[in-house]
Order: sequence, then structure tokens, then C-alpha cells
Amino acid sequence: MGLLEHKLPENVFFTKLDQLTMRWGLRNSLWYMLFATACCAIELMQTGMSRYDFDRFGMIPRATPRQSDLMIVAGTVTYKMALRIKRLYGQMPEPKYVISMGSCANCGGGFVHSYSVLNGVDKIIPVDVYVPGCPPRPEALMEGCMKLMEKIDQEPRLVRSAR
Amino acid sequence: MVTTRSTLRTQEMLLNMGPHHPSTHGVLRLILRLDGEVVEEVFPDIGYLHRGIEKIGESLTYKQFIPYTDRVEYLASMNVNHLYCMAVEKLAGIEVPERAEYIRVIMTELNRIISHIIGCGALAMDLGAFTPFLYGVVEREKVNDLFEMTCGQRLTYNYMRIGGVSQDLPEGFVEKTYAFLEEMERRWDEINRLITENEIFVQRLADVAVLTEADALSYNITGPNLRASGVDWDLRRDMPYSVYDRFDFDVPIGKGERGTVGDCYDRYLMRVRETYESLKIVRQALDGLPEGEVQAKVSKVFKPPKGEVYMRAENPRGEMAVYIESDGSTKPSRIKFKTPSFNSLGVFNKICRGQMLSDLVAVIGSFDIVLPEVDR
Repeated sequence: MGLLEHKLPENVFFTKLDQLTMRWGLRNSLWYMLFATACCAIELMQTGMSRYDFDRFGMIPRATPRQSDLMIVAGTVTYKMALRIKRLYGQMPEPKYVISMGSCANCGGGFVHSYSVLNGVDKIIPVDVYVPGCPPRPEALMEGCMKLMEKIDQEPRLVRSAR
Repeated sequence: MVTTRSTLRTQEMLLNMGPHHPSTHGVLRLILRLDGEVVEEVFPDIGYLHRGIEKIGESLTYKQFIPYTDRVEYLASMNVNHLYCMAVEKLAGIEVPERAEYIRVIMTELNRIISHIIGCGALAMDLGAFTPFLYGVVEREKVNDLFEMTCGQRLTYNYMRIGGVSQDLPEGFVEKTYAFLEEMERRWDEINRLITENEIFVQRLADVAVLTEADALSYNITGPNLRASGVDWDLRRDMPYSVYDRFDFDVPIGKGERGTVGDCYDRYLMRVRETYESLKIVRQALDGLPEGEVQAKVSKVFKPPKGEVYMRAENPRGEMAVYIESDGSTKPSRIKFKTPSFNSLGVFNKICRGQMLSDLVAVIGSFDIVLPEVDR
């Protein structure tokens, strides 16, 4: 490799395939699923819109789970919705990440005592980043996304082990 | 041989739309019985966001329940705040200071504007026009800033209190709101130029899913959806609550300008015109904003007398009502919300029969349904 690097001009750089696809490629094109349950959805929507503009992180909403890398669970998860969320998560291709947005998705929030609300989406799917707030500000959500990007930077392997 | 609908052999098919679908405005599931691409029957399946807010209300005091009213309808939190506080004030016979009433009207009308921005923008987005929504959100963010400087929250405000509002308007609010009103009027004209007279947009909406006057009345459709069907009824004008009787505004009525009275285009047009009227009301309220207190005297341990109260108010999606039963203790013994989107959803099966599947998206958008309001 050293020989080849020596021969080529300076604007060519060498890296490993897993670093390129996993770290650099994925962190800069986190496509999130356009999926919303409750109030936080409006803040999620506004984060993707004019002022806060998710696009500059390479984050584009996708309508189907099969094209998305990231699921942002925005809002209360009821028992009736929980099974659907689990199924949607199952339909996403690996590698996949989950951000739990807002108190309701984190732990049940204000509805923790309700008879129909699941106390935390992490009871059914694994969560990478929790963003607190009711609802969190767009800045908070973006901070959460950047934390997730940091996490992706530290991923050791190309393919994640099943979890 | 020419294949027409009569010669083509089609098969009935059951299709699920939602609960995860980008244009169902939340977690609505529609079970559709289709004949080819024509909708035969629509069964709305609701309850994916049933959070039991009414039941939670029974274990909280009257004042503690106010934050939950924000979450009944998050696109018009101020309006629900206002409704609930008015109901409790009516129950306990509390007089609200005049300044507080004016502030409440300013807030609810600003909230109506940003709710209609989402309503019209989301409808356009569902039909494939992304730009109006982006432009609309620019204005929505300005109102969010106004709300934030008043009460510290961008979405769920918890601003109104029983007997007034939590705090007076901050410094610079009035000037900023005047500036917003001017910008908003220009921006709304711009958005109208983009979509309202756009022939493609009109063709997608005109004559689709016509809701007749008789149907609208028998299904208890309210608000802009009722007015689109040609019924001249607005609670703010006909049964004024708060200080709405002091303002001069028009109530737009559906006339079937590009199609039939009560089609999707009329419903959309009502929201567009109502936004102008709301701008007018906010301007008048700012002009006549009196000085004085913003909070009436309410005892710390608040116990309204025994009895029941039913209060309604004109919300962006129609008439919302709250029923509160008091047993004389600090907690209500029953809270019940009557919500407009629930009724709108009820009429779907009636008016969507014979429509194309792709028009269903326009119908959902034109009724401006929001799901937490349906499920509570």
C-alpha cells in the first residue's frame, strides 16, 4: 500500500471499505423514517423544515421503513401502537438506529399513569439516543442526531451483530 | 374492445392505509374496500393514540389538568387551554380581567393562524406541492417565537390559567406581533399565488368528496368543514364567548367556486380565508388591548361548587366542547371532550364512496384531521 500511496498524487486518499461505508457514508446520510405518533411530530416536522433544516446533516425523510436508516420515535407510544412500531422497526434494513424523542417515548412522560400508554419505547425496540423534553426543542433533537453520528463514528464493524 | 369500467372485470380488495402512512396526519388507520382503484367503503380504525387524557383528569386537580389540555390537540393548544379555562370559570363563576381576555383572544387567533398554515400546507404537501409548506413554516416559526417569549414553550404552551393567564405579555410582544401580521399577510398572498389558483391543485380538489349541507348537519360536522358546505355558522359570531363580540370580522362561506358546494376545494378555501379573518381579529385586539391585571383572584386550593358545565368554543378544526362534572372537591369527577375531528372522521364512509383511492389523501387533508383529538 505504501508504494501505491507514494505513486499517486496527494488528492487521493486510502481507507478501508467498512470505514467508508459505515462511518463516513452512513453518518452523512442518515435517512429517517417519516413516522410520528404524537405532539413531538410537529417539532420533528419543523426541524426538517425551513429554519432548522435537517437536510444540511444529510437527513432526508423517507416514507417507508425499507429505505430508512433511522427511526425517530416522536411521541407517546400506546399499547395499540406498540406492536406496529415493533413491526416497522423489523422492516428497516440493517444497520438501523433509533432516537427516542420526548418524555413520552423515553419513559411515558406525563402519561406514565395512563392505562393505555407504554412506559418507554425501549421496552419494545432498542434505543440509541434519548432526547428529553416535552416536546424537545429542534436544537435538542439536532444535538441528539449529532450524538448518534458520534456513536456511528465509533462503530467497530461493518455489519452490526443482531441485537 | 374498449375497456371501460363496465367491461373490465375487477376484484374487490381490502387495503390497509396506515397507521404508518405519511399522509394520514398521525396514526390513523383506514381499512378500505376497493373495487379496482375505486373506493367502495372506508372503515376508520382509531385509538392508536388513545392516551386516556379524560381519565387522567379525574386524578388531578383543576389547575393541574391544564397542561394535559395542550396535548388534547397539539396544533391548537392555546384554543383548548382557553376552552378548558372558560369552562372551569363558568362552573365557579369567576370573572376574568379584561386584559386577560384580550390576551387570550390574541393567543387563540395566532394559534388558529399557525394551525391553518399546517392544515393548508400539509394538504398541499400530500398532493405533491412541497414549497407552500416550507414557506408557511417560516411564518409558523415566527409565531412560535412570539409564544416562546410569552410563555417559554414552542408547542405545548400551558399559558392560560383559571381566571386569567400565567403572565403578562413580555416587552416588545405587541410590536413584534404587528410586524408579524404584516409579513404574514404578504406571505399568505404569496402562498395563495402558488397553490390556490393553481390549476393542477384546483383539479385535484374540485368536485372531490362533496359533503352536502344536510349530511354536514346530520353528522354534526363543525367549523370550517361545516361552513364549506354552505352553512353560515360560527360560534365566535353567533354565540360569542370571551370578548369576540367586540371584534369585526367576516365568516367565509363555501360557494362552490371551482366546483360543487362542499367539495375539498371549498374546505381548503375556508381555511385560507379564515386566516385573513384571524389576522384582522388579532390586529383589532392589539389595537384595543386594555391595561390592567391579567389574573383574577382564585384561591390556592381551588374548589368549584357542585354541579356540571358544558362549554364550547370555535377551534381551528371546528367546535370543540368540554363537559366537566364537579362534586365540590378539588378534583373533577368527570371530564369529557367533544372533538370536531372525530365527527369529521365519521362522515368519511359516506362521502368517500365512489372516489378514487388517490383522492382519499386529498379528503383527509381537506378535513384537516388531527388524531390526538380523535383519540384523546
